[in-house]
Amino acid sequence: MMNLDLIFPEIFLSLSIMFLLMVGVFKKNSENIVYNLSTIILLILLALVVNLFSVSETFVFNNSYKIDSLSSFMKTLTILSAIFVMISSFSYLKKSNILKIEYPILILSSILGMMIMISSNDLIIFYLGLELQSLALYVLASFNRDNVLSSESGLKYFVLSALSSGLLLYGCSLVYGFSGSTNFTYISNTPTNTEYGIIFGLVFIIVGLAFKISAVPFHMWAPDVYQGSPTSVTLFFAALPKVAALTVFIRILYTPFINLIDQWQTILVFISVASMIFGAVAAIGQSNLKRLIAYSSISHMGYALAGLASGSNQGIQSSIMYISIYLVMTLAFFSCLLMLRKKNIFYEKIEDLSGLSINHPILSISFLVVLFSLAGIPPLAGFFAKFYIFMAVIEQSMYFLAIVGLLSTVIAAFYYLRLIKIIYFDKPKEKYETDHTIGLKVTLAISTGMLILYFIYPGLLNEMVSRIAVI
Amino acid sequence: MFEIGLGHYLTLGAVIFTIGLIGIFLNRKNVIVLLMSIELILLAVNINLVSFSIFINDLSGQIFTLFILTVAAAEAAIGLAIIVVYFRNVGTIRVEEIDKLKG
Repeated sequence: MMNLDLIFPEIFLSLSIMFLLMVGVFKKNSENIVYNLSTIILLILLALVVNLFSVSETFVFNNSYKIDSLSSFMKTLTILSAIFVMISSFSYLKKSNILKIEYPILILSSILGMMIMISSNDLIIFYLGLELQSLALYVLASFNRDNVLSSESGLKYFVLSALSSGLLLYGCSLVYGFSGSTNFTYISNTPTNTEYGIIFGLVFIIVGLAFKISAVPFHMWAPDVYQGSPTSVTLFFAALPKVAALTVFIRILYTPFINLIDQWQTILVFISVASMIFGAVAAIGQSNLKRLIAYSSISHMGYALAGLASGSNQGIQSSIMYISIYLVMTLAFFSCLLMLRKKNIFYEKIEDLSGLSINHPILSISFLVVLFSLAGIPPLAGFFAKFYIFMAVIEQSMYFLAIVGLLSTVIAAFYYLRLIKIIYFDKPKEKYETDHTIGLKVTLAISTGMLILYFIYPGLLNEMVSRIAVI
Repeated sequence: MFEIGLGHYLTLGAVIFTIGLIGIFLNRKNVIVLLMSIELILLAVNINLVSFSIFINDLSGQIFTLFILTVAAAEAAIGLAIIVVYFRNVGTIRVEEIDKLKG
């Protein structure tokens, strides 16, 4: 008998989406209500998912849906950061006049897609979750529809993402044909005489997934989309879809295709090295902060993939740790960015940061902490994230990966330090407004605090992650 | 008389898939053509899935195809809507003129 309790969070979320749509249709001017309701729904969802932490590995729906420690942890991470995204971006949406009922509903449906992706144990389920997530994201990217840049970023994201879904599906069809099933557990048991077809399909699947986490050579959409979308949507893009895609990476590589580790390890090492170097080098010449953070996120995804490429449990755990700390850094960076506002205009150029420390000392200190943490300077959390990755990689004697990682950290430190120099030593500009919402302030305070204080008590996160054993 | 086997269907799928890919990368004219190329890729996948499903005697491939058809329809609808929004702002949908975002 199927156990519906285990998918109760997903059922609850989909019912609430329909309910919110009804509220939006039948009640005039209900933007604020729908927005607040969806934040509350996310809080309830968090409680429901945390409740499932005690469940040991269980399959539902004919083995096509999997609840285990990995899925519970990643879902918690997704929902937690979604809550912070929601409370920090309210004033931005209001001030830029794009607060409509569709916005929170689209965010909720893409979160539903992510939750389905995270738990999927079957190609069909995985594809449907992925599409539910991306269809909502296409619309979100072009949400500011009277703005040329926003609609162009939506168009670019749509075309490239649809292309990558097509490649991924072609891979799925080959894997299905040569293994005889769409189920991950079943695929891993196929005899080896059909290996070539499956490897061919696996390459296509990796390409599609690498696109979703914007790893080189499939990164070309990220800078444009990050720059063009509204800043709150960019925050969402930079944080959440990567968690879901990374989880699917772990699931696909380590359940059905674990026998082919020699083949995919080479591909992952290449993608990871290319992303680390490219992200570090290409960010140097940028003048837009959102574009810069896009390149920075490409390079961070390179580190996360380096952990996966090591092929050990320690490597997987270090990548999960990396993505958790990366989420906190992204939240902190974007809440700083959302505070640069004068008369309903939000500033996002690097030169707008010039001399920020004179007029806004506290905001500048937060910027300082975030940038040092992104650069990986001890004792901030970003340092430990990189440290765990390098430990795991060196444990498997993949010295090349570790050396390239260290070198690109040094290159990347250049542009982070340049920003700090601009904030602290350049000529000050006009003051920005300081009447921020409590949500934004709380998000910035919590995330910066976590980055600073992580080294005092790293045990909490480490212990939760160490319970995740994939292989 | 020769028999049409799995290999022929897979070749057909691969050919259509390649046409779709080439259409995306060589096309410099119109965004609608991009949309058509994406549909071609999805159709190639469907041909693959259905023929595999018949030849390995397993139904889940055909079910997968039905899901893909549904998603493709939704995707085309959203894509066309985004193209309309873009056209209202800029007045053109020529691919080579979509270059406002550069850094």
